Amino acid sequence: MTTAAQPREVLEKIDLWLRMYRQMVSIRQFEAQVNDLYTRALMPGLAHLYIGEEAVAVGVCEALQRTDYITSTHRGHGHCLAKGASPDRMFAELLGKEAGYCKGKGGSMHIADPATGNLGANAIVCGSAGIATGAAFSAQRLGTGQVSVCFFGEGALGQGLLYEVMNLAQLFKLPVIYVCENNLYTEYTHYSETTAGDILARATAFDLESVTVDGQNVRAMYEFAQLLVDRARRGGGPAFLLCNTYRYHGHHVGDINREYYRSKQEEQTWKTERDPIVNFGKWLIEQKLADQAALDGMQSEIESQMKKAVEFAIAAPYPSPDKVEQDVYA
Amino acid sequence: MPETGGRELTFAQAIREALAEEMRRDKTVCILGEDVAEAGTPFKVLSGLLEEFGKDRVLDTPISEAGFTGLAVGAAMTGMRPVVDIMFGDFITLTMDQMVNQAAKVHYMSGGMWKVPMVMRTTLGATRRSAAQHSQSLHAWFCHVPGLKVVMPSTPFDAKGLLKSAIRDENPVVFFEDKMMYKLKGSVPAEDYTVPLGVADVKRAGEDISLVATSSMVQVALGAATMLEEIGISAEVVDPRTLWPLDEKTLIESAKKTSRVIVLDEGYERYGVTAELASVIATGAFYDLDAPVKRMGAMHVPIPFSPPLEDVTVPTEQTVFEAARALCGR
Repeated sequence: MTTAAQPREVLEKIDLWLRMYRQMVSIRQFEAQVNDLYTRALMPGLAHLYIGEEAVAVGVCEALQRTDYITSTHRGHGHCLAKGASPDRMFAELLGKEAGYCKGKGGSMHIADPATGNLGANAIVCGSAGIATGAAFSAQRLGTGQVSVCFFGEGALGQGLLYEVMNLAQLFKLPVIYVCENNLYTEYTHYSETTAGDILARATAFDLESVTVDGQNVRAMYEFAQLLVDRARRGGGPAFLLCNTYRYHGHHVGDINREYYRSKQEEQTWKTERDPIVNFGKWLIEQKLADQAALDGMQSEIESQMKKAVEFAIAAPYPSPDKVEQDVYA
Repeated sequence: MPETGGRELTFAQAIREALAEEMRRDKTVCILGEDVAEAGTPFKVLSGLLEEFGKDRVLDTPISEAGFTGLAVGAAMTGMRPVVDIMFGDFITLTMDQMVNQAAKVHYMSGGMWKVPMVMRTTLGATRRSAAQHSQSLHAWFCHVPGLKVVMPSTPFDAKGLLKSAIRDENPVVFFEDKMMYKLKGSVPAEDYTVPLGVADVKRAGEDISLVATSSMVQVALGAATMLEEIGISAEVVDPRTLWPLDEKTLIESAKKTSRVIVLDEGYERYGVTAELASVIATGAFYDLDAPVKRMGAMHVPIPFSPPLEDVTVPTEQTVFEAARALCGR
């Protein structure tokens, strides 16, 4: 597959590139199953799909260690998977089953997993910015060398909390990276209608190391994330990573008719020209790191894994109602 | 109760001693808040702590209540035991999302996996001529939220013992201090002792009427009890000490014994703590009561500035005395 003509740094990263491809496909397949569960009325509540934004979660989480912290959002399945959560327990949580990560008490918007440093997805927009900053505070005070990543959508730019904690993070020189996923739409409104001025300037005002990156390019995502994570781990302080990306589906699974806020043409352009998985697959083939058959094989292998994970979740029992008062207090 | 050996401290000194002892005992305890370091807070409650523990553990923050409270939530989840200082209880409004949607729910939403062992110290109490935004007693707000504990000390002894319990607790605890009580003196043992959360205390035994009072109202009730004694009415003063967890048993037993009850709390009477306590007592002691449980709290008005106006908004020894006398048919 590989040849001596390839640059050494590409060869050294073969495992990493293939793992990142696999992770992105896993997220997309996971979300496809979620959409299917929802449309078959097998899933209670709502789901906010991450399809289209996979490169952001994967690029950032590949730059992290397992013990590093993340906080996630209502659109959080991708972050959880990229940080190492298991699809079967995630599906179980989405269906409200006892076997879920949160014993069914959290659901789609609250998956947490201490084993992978996942402090939890959060259904309050910007709600986890304090938590992520506090985890970085602990890492610094306890000298653990951990880094904390706060994922949030550009809608969170409207919340005052973000600016309070970025200020604190810089004053205390905390190892935290604020990862802004600008998928262009704050629910059903284009971000330009809700966001004055320049996004990056909001972070540079606090003197955060601030970078804009193509969120559809997983290699760029990884490389910039790695730079900022290493910097934070060395004590260089907080950073802000603005990732330009796109949400293929609606705000949530029930948001089907979207033409009042964006055109089908626009969606089509992003899907055909800037898809993070397709484009990364092409690059892998061009670099002779993989061939189409290998990528297709990986695709169908993951698809069958996801189907098994869904079957596990469907078959899993619900929590008994007498568990309702458990875990209110530690 | 440990021997005090005649040693007296003010309420503020008792708070400071509890913090100092816990900070010596546990390196993960730290203090975050506005003007907590060199200034030792405007009330000078924390004076001297910076000198002993240094800037790494007594941290001045920007005026960002939501930001540093959120930071504390994340720090508590990841190995620290932060104590945040919210200078005036009125400012808890700025922390509500972090306390109500984050701190209170993290343990439950994560199916019991993450814990938030943090303390929020704040103040309550009117009659300091501080007007509508620096005088409220808003503790009922937090009592309404599952996942939080609410502590209301009324003596220096209780303040020290309860704060130490609060810091060692595995849950978010909100600790309300009556700012008019900081100079109150009382016996406080020098030794390490704790007062458990959820255990009421009979501050004065009596036979004819129970005055169930919280925080600032305990001293008011004790004063009224002395006045009542002069006209031959024996009043029992019961202090729940913590509003959640709530020692219902001690309240109900006192009501059964005396058959008449006034519930006193400085929070707003409407939809407030007095309503909950009265309901607990009326339900638990229904067949032993000779009169409806009377409630006395703050009037349903913003706290006014002008002294003659402000003074009528909260119960006083005189108004409690008169209400008790009337309830006893004298």
